[in-house]
Amino acid sequence: MTKKVLILFAHPLYEKSRVHTALVRAIPRIPEVTFHDLYEFYPDFNINIEHEQQLLLQHDIIIWQHPFYWYSVPPMLKQWIDMVLEYGWAYGRGGTKLQDKWVMNVLSAGGPYEAYAADARNRFTVREFLAPLEQTVRLCHMHFLPPFVVHGTHKITTDLIDNQAHRYRNLIEHLVAGTALLDDYQGMEYINQNTKTVTDGR
Amino acid sequence: MEGSFLETALVFLVAAVVCVPLAKKLGMGSVLGYLLAGILIGPFVLGFVGSEGHDIMHVAEFGVVMMLFLIGLELDPKEFWKMRRVVFGMGFIQMGVTTVILGGICYFALGFSHPMSLAASLALSMSSTAIVLQTLKEKGLMHSTGGQSSFAVLLFQDISVIPILAILPLLAGPQAHASLDSHSLLDGFAGWAQTAIVIGAVGGILLFGKYIVVPFLRLISKIRLREMFTASALLLVIVVAYVMQLVGLSPALGTFMAGVVLANSEFKHELESDLDPFKGLLLGLFFIAVGATINFSLIARQPMIISGVVLSVVGIKMITLYVAGKIFGLKSDQNILFSILLSQVGEFAFVLLTFSRQLDVINAYYTDLLMACTAISMTLTPLFVLVNEKLIDPYFGVKTKSDSKQREADPINEQHRVILAGFGHFGSTIGRFLRANGIESTILDHDSDRVDLLRKMGFKVYYGDATRLDLLRAAGAENAKMLIAAIDSPQINAELISTVRKHFPHLEIMARARNRFDAYELIDMGVHNIYRETLYTSVHMAIDVLRKMGFRGYTAMRKGLDFIRYDEAALEKLAVYRHDMEEYVVNVREQIEMQEKLLTEDLHSNLTAEDHAWDSEPMRAGTATNHQ
Repeated sequence: MTKKVLILFAHPLYEKSRVHTALVRAIPRIPEVTFHDLYEFYPDFNINIEHEQQLLLQHDIIIWQHPFYWYSVPPMLKQWIDMVLEYGWAYGRGGTKLQDKWVMNVLSAGGPYEAYAADARNRFTVREFLAPLEQTVRLCHMHFLPPFVVHGTHKITTDLIDNQAHRYRNLIEHLVAGTALLDDYQGMEYINQNTKTVTDGR
Repeated sequence: MEGSFLETALVFLVAAVVCVPLAKKLGMGSVLGYLLAGILIGPFVLGFVGSEGHDIMHVAEFGVVMMLFLIGLELDPKEFWKMRRVVFGMGFIQMGVTTVILGGICYFALGFSHPMSLAASLALSMSSTAIVLQTLKEKGLMHSTGGQSSFAVLLFQDISVIPILAILPLLAGPQAHASLDSHSLLDGFAGWAQTAIVIGAVGGILLFGKYIVVPFLRLISKIRLREMFTASALLLVIVVAYVMQLVGLSPALGTFMAGVVLANSEFKHELESDLDPFKGLLLGLFFIAVGATINFSLIARQPMIISGVVLSVVGIKMITLYVAGKIFGLKSDQNILFSILLSQVGEFAFVLLTFSRQLDVINAYYTDLLMACTAISMTLTPLFVLVNEKLIDPYFGVKTKSDSKQREADPINEQHRVILAGFGHFGSTIGRFLRANGIESTILDHDSDRVDLLRKMGFKVYYGDATRLDLLRAAGAENAKMLIAAIDSPQINAELISTVRKHFPHLEIMARARNRFDAYELIDMGVHNIYRETLYTSVHMAIDVLRKMGFRGYTAMRKGLDFIRYDEAALEKLAVYRHDMEEYVVNVREQIEMQEKLLTEDLHSNLTAEDHAWDSEPMRAGTATNHQ
């Protein structure tokens, strides 16, 4: 049974992003995958709640794809969370419309993997910074998958970008196929962690 | 056969309507069709037209006059400067060498006098702008290298008629002075004085065009009557032609100069499109007249002499042209086309020969003979072109097609992707905003003062009625991506949009609508990008009203944006409903009905219902556990 994937893409300066251009290009153009460019769709930040909720209902897996600004999501994505995940709909009394959907972040960070540690410059890991998002997902009765992280984007080589884009494509195809199990991702820090290229993407 | 005006018109038009499409069907081009029509109705075949052929020739020469005005208009000084090497180099070689060879033959072989040899050879070295340009246009060869070279040489010839006409009186010597017309002001002046007057007249036209005609046209354009502008354009050409004739100069040259003067004015395209149909018809008439006046009895009496003269003149011209083409590096196929195209003796020869006869430089017998040769050589050109096309050109791996495409790429690059029609308060805001963001647009506007200002500011502006197909074409509608219809009048805007949708379906249309009802019309026309003046401004004003009434700025803004979204959805919905109430003829009734429908729709929508973003009230009201 195939699954439907909704990619909520939020990048205020997409035209200048090498990493996200490559990642977006890698997204398979198939009916099971919906690519939704929030900054393009809502240049005035006036998110159409009803439209967004309909989209959510039509999909099984939600991907928040965005750059990691100030250890968090860009304002558009926060606006989306604030407006769309309504009380009584997504959470709270009777709010079970999103139950059992999967959510994950696909993000790019300027700093290398090593910079995100207790004894390093950023003092916390990416997973720790994502705690509010993880809890938001939990509160809405959904499952939070480990993030797909591209590190060191300021200095990353084209080859490494292509490599990550390729892995992103494989991941989406794997998710769409419907054979992935939640247990597969248990205990993973990053969903794309099992190669060296991720950890030292400089 | 002498007949009334209606009969004459009937004969000419029937001949043209029968012969020209037939000739085109047979692949011969319209010029040959007109010429054949002329021969057919002329005194030597059917005899419908007799001596009045000459009179009609005079009327029809006005077609040549108008053509030269339009050529002048086309002559952008910048373009001309780019072509200067070809115009003066190639043109000079063609004129100079042909004149020297033909003059030498006249003088040494035929024993003509000095002045007669010079006058005859100058006249014969002219080619026919009318035939060549018409042929190039019809075959789509205007932008091929052969076509461009032909245009350059013709330009040089057209320009050199000025000094030639000035020199001819000098050739006549001090004792003989005549002129084109009996009432010419030049009568009684010495040769040098006539020359001075010629130069003075040319200067006069330059001043006249710049300081009288342009302000006059501006005045006329403010009246906003299209037929008045057409009348003024015709008047302008006729006045110049008349004045030139009065001082004994070629009207064709005068109007050519006037055209050049106006080439840079904002009225260029308007004048062009207004005069083009007149030019086409009159030129057709001119060709018919040429056909009808060929003196077949003269030819019948001396077939050997005439055919000898025609063949040697055409042959010599062809060889000279080919050599000139080689010097300027034309490829063989283009060079052959170029040599064939310009090999005939042109309509200026008629003018020059007539003038020479009046000056007694060439006697009547020879002018008649040379005029017959001229007419015959003109009929030969379309035949040669046909032969070249069918038999010769195929040997050269025909490069004309791709060649012409490459050439055309230049002007396309200069055209903008956005065409902005209407530069009033609405359109100008769009234009300024686009420019501020590095998107240049081609602007169409019909307010001449504004056009003037915009040109000074470096905008690319076309003056004229944007609903006209030719103007849209000139503005590059064929290659543009988008048309912004921002004209003040909703009727004209709608007219423009329907023209564009019909002829340039590839253009994306962004339409200004005054109100809801204009928008409905546009929806019916299939336009999707509709911008109502009365929506955005009033909502933004209402947002500010809300703020002054105590709403927080962001909340008011969100409400306003939601309202716009809702109203645009309602527009599409009610556009369908509108068709159900066609029985309401009275506009006011219709408006009230619509208003009522709108207000009811508002009640049923959840427009006033709150969304729950950032609002914890429902949470507190709910008995569920407190999460946040």
